[in-house]
Amino acid sequence: MRTGPGRGYPIYNVVDRGESVDVIKQRTEWYLVRADNGKEGWVERAQMELTLQPDGNAVSFALAGLDDFTNAKWETGLLAGDFGGANIISLYGSYSLNPNVSLEAWGSQILGNFSNGWMASVNVVHEAFPEWRVSPFFTLGAGMIHTSPKSTIIQGEDRTDQIGHVGAGFRVYATRRFLLRAEYKSYVVFTSRDENEEVEEWKVGFAFFF
Amino acid sequence: MESRFRVLFLIVALAASVSLSGCAATKNLFGFGREEAPPPSAEPPGQVIDPQVERRKIKEPAIDREDFEIGGFVGIMSIEDFGSNISYGLRLAYHITEGFFIEGTVGQSDGGLTSFEVLSGGALLLTDSERTMTYYNLNLGYNILPGEVFLGEGHAYNTSLYLIAGLGSTRFAGDDRFTVNAGVGYRFLLTDAVALHIDFRDHLFDIDLLGEEKTAHNLEGHLGFTVFF
Repeated sequence: MRTGPGRGYPIYNVVDRGESVDVIKQRTEWYLVRADNGKEGWVERAQMELTLQPDGNAVSFALAGLDDFTNAKWETGLLAGDFGGANIISLYGSYSLNPNVSLEAWGSQILGNFSNGWMASVNVVHEAFPEWRVSPFFTLGAGMIHTSPKSTIIQGEDRTDQIGHVGAGFRVYATRRFLLRAEYKSYVVFTSRDENEEVEEWKVGFAFFF
Repeated sequence: MESRFRVLFLIVALAASVSLSGCAATKNLFGFGREEAPPPSAEPPGQVIDPQVERRKIKEPAIDREDFEIGGFVGIMSIEDFGSNISYGLRLAYHITEGFFIEGTVGQSDGGLTSFEVLSGGALLLTDSERTMTYYNLNLGYNILPGEVFLGEGHAYNTSLYLIAGLGSTRFAGDDRFTVNAGVGYRFLLTDAVALHIDFRDHLFDIDLLGEEKTAHNLEGHLGFTVFF
């Protein structure tokens, strides 16, 4: 048992074979346990896997893996990149209907040289090979965009427009419950003027599933 | 011939035993028929006592996970050209592994007067509300130097020095500005669930308020208090 939840913390107490421990709590991959002699310390997951329940069955302390990458229901992440020349920061949440199809909701802030804004959208994502470690996907969605010119720009007014988008990208399984994500989306902004605007977006970021 | 009789006898005996055992339940229900001795057990005589105690079903209780950390901080922020002022904010972190964590912070500070505004005696560049700086950041952190500190003879506390970097937005001087921030922090765990933080961060954003665009460095140092849950 270590004094802290990490590899570097010193070992200060040992639980003998055949003794029992009480699990108090878990932080990341470490478990705070209380031994028979009353001492408390942190034990890593791999060692907890060697323990038995009172009825003699093995205890399973599940570790997220590639299977969960494919099958996990919920996912949330943070991406940043370029939106038609402006910076964009996006936060998303995703719910999987099945391993291939998931629904996503996005909120983004756009920070440009001439205007700022926000964007909210929902989209459907289809993954053809969800079990691959590098899993490509296609996406289709719609939403709203709000833009306001910077205060140092005299002309211009706030606008809120509808948007539609198509895109493609990759989800890459990194480790544990971590994944990396990179994507390209092409937006059409349905403006109130004569012509619709088209905007290209590139983003990379990370996400985790649970 | 003898063997044929034996086969025939066996068939009759088998049929009788089947019909008897088939009717046994009905017969004994009505109280007639002969009491039969229980047939000898087919099991080997190894187990003498059949335990009637039900094995306890053990339901594993869910282990209390403490991967989130929430808290607040108070410090000083130096806004480039606008002096130093008190800053304060909230933070929420999620620990993914023992090394990596992600953190979101929101904070607020106030800009003072620039040297130009002081010397010119009344020509103000910004209104009061434009002087308020609010920011949010989404960061990735890494516990680079975990360790322990010792206070006197009897107390040892877990600590961790971490690096942090991320993206966000700052609202200052009337605009939202894309902000990159990076820094270093020190987490001092009073108990397993309560921590003190000392953080130093640099918030960088582009600002063109004074004519030409430049990258402003806004240094912030703060003291924080967080609770794991």
